[in-house]
Amino acid sequence: MSQPAIDDRRIEILLGNLLRFGVLLAAFVVLVGAVIYLARYAGQPASYSVFRGEAAALRSAPAVVSGALRLHGKSIIQLGLLLLIATPVARVVFSAIGFLMERDYLYVVLTLIVLAVLLYSLIGSGAA
Amino acid sequence: MTILVFTILIALGSFLAGLLGALTGLGGGVVVVPMLTLLFHVDIRYAIGASLVSVIATSSGAAAAYVREGYSNIRIGMFLEVATTFGAIFGAILATRVPTAAIAIVFGLVLLFSAYFSSRPHPPEVLDMSPDRLAAALKLNGEYPTPSGPRAYNVHHVPAGFGLMFGAGALSGLLGIGSGAVKVLAMDQAMRIPFKVSTTTSNFMIGVTAAASAGIYLSRGYIDPGIAMPVMLGVLAGSLLGARILVKARTKMLRYVFAAVVVALGVEMIYGGWKGAL
Repeated sequence: MSQPAIDDRRIEILLGNLLRFGVLLAAFVVLVGAVIYLARYAGQPASYSVFRGEAAALRSAPAVVSGALRLHGKSIIQLGLLLLIATPVARVVFSAIGFLMERDYLYVVLTLIVLAVLLYSLIGSGAA
Repeated sequence: MTILVFTILIALGSFLAGLLGALTGLGGGVVVVPMLTLLFHVDIRYAIGASLVSVIATSSGAAAAYVREGYSNIRIGMFLEVATTFGAIFGAILATRVPTAAIAIVFGLVLLFSAYFSSRPHPPEVLDMSPDRLAAALKLNGEYPTPSGPRAYNVHHVPAGFGLMFGAGALSGLLGIGSGAVKVLAMDQAMRIPFKVSTTTSNFMIGVTAAASAGIYLSRGYIDPGIAMPVMLGVLAGSLLGARILVKARTKMLRYVFAAVVVALGVEMIYGGWKGAL
């Protein structure tokens, strides 16, 4: 019983570092986008009191990527936010692999259910 | 207000929210939404979108530190994430259908609950070692480090905890918060999981739960880069600094002050929602 517990711990530490790397990478991309965004819009008035919803270019992953490639500040920020949203998803994928290596099939199935729900939200709702 | 001033002020406010959230254990997310709506008059849908993103950043950013301490239980987390992710999708869909005034009122009530929950004294821990068949079948039982060596614990009331977790996920998806208080309540009170294991495992689950509603928020246009950028960077920097000075700081007084602020914001959110101003 104690052997799997140690394996769990090692997997968790690996995953923790993966998450931190993902967050720092996302923060860096957001920061780059912020500089470009502010260089262009700094002097304009801020108005967020009325909800309009984002433009289609900022609502789905393919549109965000193509905007970021054209160096649009808002799109680069949104790309960083997408990377951030992807870090917990990556964590779940690696957990599934970890459980598979431990031959814990019950938890492989549970992890895949969680992954399916996450992918539904990202793809099924039209975001990816 | 120009975009530059707006961005700087929100980044500073979010930094403070992240710092206080980490120092008090309440999480920064709970004050970001009231700050944006009450102080900066941002539409609550943009506010919850930005807050949700910052919640993922703090949860994922702190995970490594928590894991190293050896308290969090990956199986409890993964099993309960089944409930929180389904709840999160439900909450996010609900958020797009209910009036914003109702969201503001529910948010206010959750603030009041969080303040009560964080300032209430902690009863001494009594470990219930009676076996539970479902918990054993799901391999949820574990052990955690104490000064006198590892200590085993048994998990109980799995269906009740699972149900509460669905509710925690729904609140997270509806309000754009981590709903750590409800998650800890489910684990610590209902499932009799030791407090330290509950809080660290809860933190681990918050990011995955928030990611489940984030896709829906994004595709509905709730995540605005101009607001989410200063909120995410500010909260992340504040919470990383908070986690670093937490060991040295005396947090008891701070916790009461922060709880009082949260209560005031909660009352204000309920009042604003009631008047239809939010």
